[in-house]
Amino acid sequence: MTWETIMGLEVHLQLATQSKIFSGSSTQFGAAPNVQADAVDLGMPGMLPVLNEEAVRFAVKFGLGIGARIGQRSIFDRKNYFYPDLPKGYQISQFFSPIVCEGVFEVPMEDGALLPIRITRAHLEEDAGKSVHDIFSQESGIDLNRAGTPLLEIVTEPDFRSAEQAVAYLKALHSLVTYLGISDGNMAEGSMRCDINISLRRAGSDALGTRTEIKNVNSFRFVERAIHSEVERQADILNSGGTITQETRLYDAERDETRSMRSKEVANDYRYFPEPDLLPIEIDEAYIDAVRASLPELPAAKRARFVNEYELSDYDAALLVPDHATAAFFEEVVRLGGAAKPAANWILGDLSGALNRADLTIEASPVSAEALAGLVARIEDGTLSSKLAKQVFDGLWQAEGTTDEIIAQRGLKQVSDAGELEQMVDDVITANPDQVTQYLAADETKRKKLSGFFVGQIMKASQGQANPKLLNELLIKKLNDQS
Amino acid sequence: MSISQDDVEKVALLARLSIAPSDLPEVTERFGRVLQLVNELNTIDTEGVAPMSNPHDMVQRLRPDVVTGASDREALMASAPAQDRGYFLVPKVID
Repeated sequence: MTWETIMGLEVHLQLATQSKIFSGSSTQFGAAPNVQADAVDLGMPGMLPVLNEEAVRFAVKFGLGIGARIGQRSIFDRKNYFYPDLPKGYQISQFFSPIVCEGVFEVPMEDGALLPIRITRAHLEEDAGKSVHDIFSQESGIDLNRAGTPLLEIVTEPDFRSAEQAVAYLKALHSLVTYLGISDGNMAEGSMRCDINISLRRAGSDALGTRTEIKNVNSFRFVERAIHSEVERQADILNSGGTITQETRLYDAERDETRSMRSKEVANDYRYFPEPDLLPIEIDEAYIDAVRASLPELPAAKRARFVNEYELSDYDAALLVPDHATAAFFEEVVRLGGAAKPAANWILGDLSGALNRADLTIEASPVSAEALAGLVARIEDGTLSSKLAKQVFDGLWQAEGTTDEIIAQRGLKQVSDAGELEQMVDDVITANPDQVTQYLAADETKRKKLSGFFVGQIMKASQGQANPKLLNELLIKKLNDQS
Repeated sequence: MSISQDDVEKVALLARLSIAPSDLPEVTERFGRVLQLVNELNTIDTEGVAPMSNPHDMVQRLRPDVVTGASDREALMASAPAQDRGYFLVPKVID
């Protein structure tokens, strides 16, 4: 039986505000437990929430970033459930009138196509605290530092058909929100967490199957693996004639499987009602226009501009743009005189490889944009072959100086002088009479192969510095002259 | 609108209220009377009236995004029944 996978995603995005959504506590990650939780966050009697204007602005920025409709009058609601890391017994969220309404987000896929994903809504809410299970043997510890951190929950329609599409969406979303500056996008610290709704249906059918929800997956890789493992589980059940139970599941990365969350079995009955402690938020056109005017160039526009302005391929643009700092680095290299295409190749190739190995971000790159521009210029003017350039890059990485200094120190200059090259060719021909005879006796196709021997000898003698293109031309001419 | 004992038990569970089985019939009866009262509101024609989320005819004032200072953990946690190393302690909960 062939099954079609249907998925919708809910992303909880922590907004990069300084203070919490309803209180003046700090949102900084990594503090000692409960030092960033005040009376409001703890749900002390009589405390009242006061909404953070930056959280509202960030939500509107996101809405405009995906071309969504902004709710002119949005309202907070209470979502009631009982859990120890939720001190008030309810989460302040938005259910009936979210701040961001329907929109469409176009996700660039690897083949260059755009996959339109319908965004159902995005709403503001407060994060819960954290339960810690591994410090105390008999009890669970509760840390409420995270309680009240502003979240934007972004909900899609069931528009995904594969794990690949889901991951592409999350990567594009990550890129968008970091460009907008509304989230640090740090998945390891929980700034972007994903719930995946999955169901299967017979290929060709229109009806939706029963879905399960996988909660709180916090890396692109785990999203992919969680989807594969859940799809396989559901297919096994359906293939053996069973039925899927609608439930919430957790992905266990160590076992690479999803399992049922038993504690949430009891009545998912949140009894939403309007939050009486907060008044409606009204957002007028003037406010929306002001936020729109403050938007930076977004990834989609930047990809298009890189293709037009720098004549990069869609593929290169799609690789350079997602990370804001990488795109900025590229533009800086070009501004400092580096040719665009080789600059892109170096950034996406050797530089990002070296950064990965050293576990560094491009902001901390030992090779500056200026240094790379210098290197690219020396390749373009023929001073360096690509082989020598790699050695210079190595020198740049180890802070040996500028490109020109490294060329001088390491003696890496490419030999392009016709007289010098001619001498090298003459030397190798004189030293290897047998190979010359063999070459002359061979036919056209074989000659090509045999000439490699002479090139190799010369490269060895010149320590790789002979200009390969000029050398080849000269060598063939001289060899053919021997007959 | 009447309500069943099962409904009352479910609502009590959600609200973490403990109701003795012997009290259930009476609670159910009184609960039903409250709902009847609320039900009378449903007889009013609200066609074309926007839902009111708040009785005040005002919009939300916003506060600037400023950290207003560290909280006094000791004082805030003083009323907690159990705590250790800065954590509130609760019965073991694991998903």
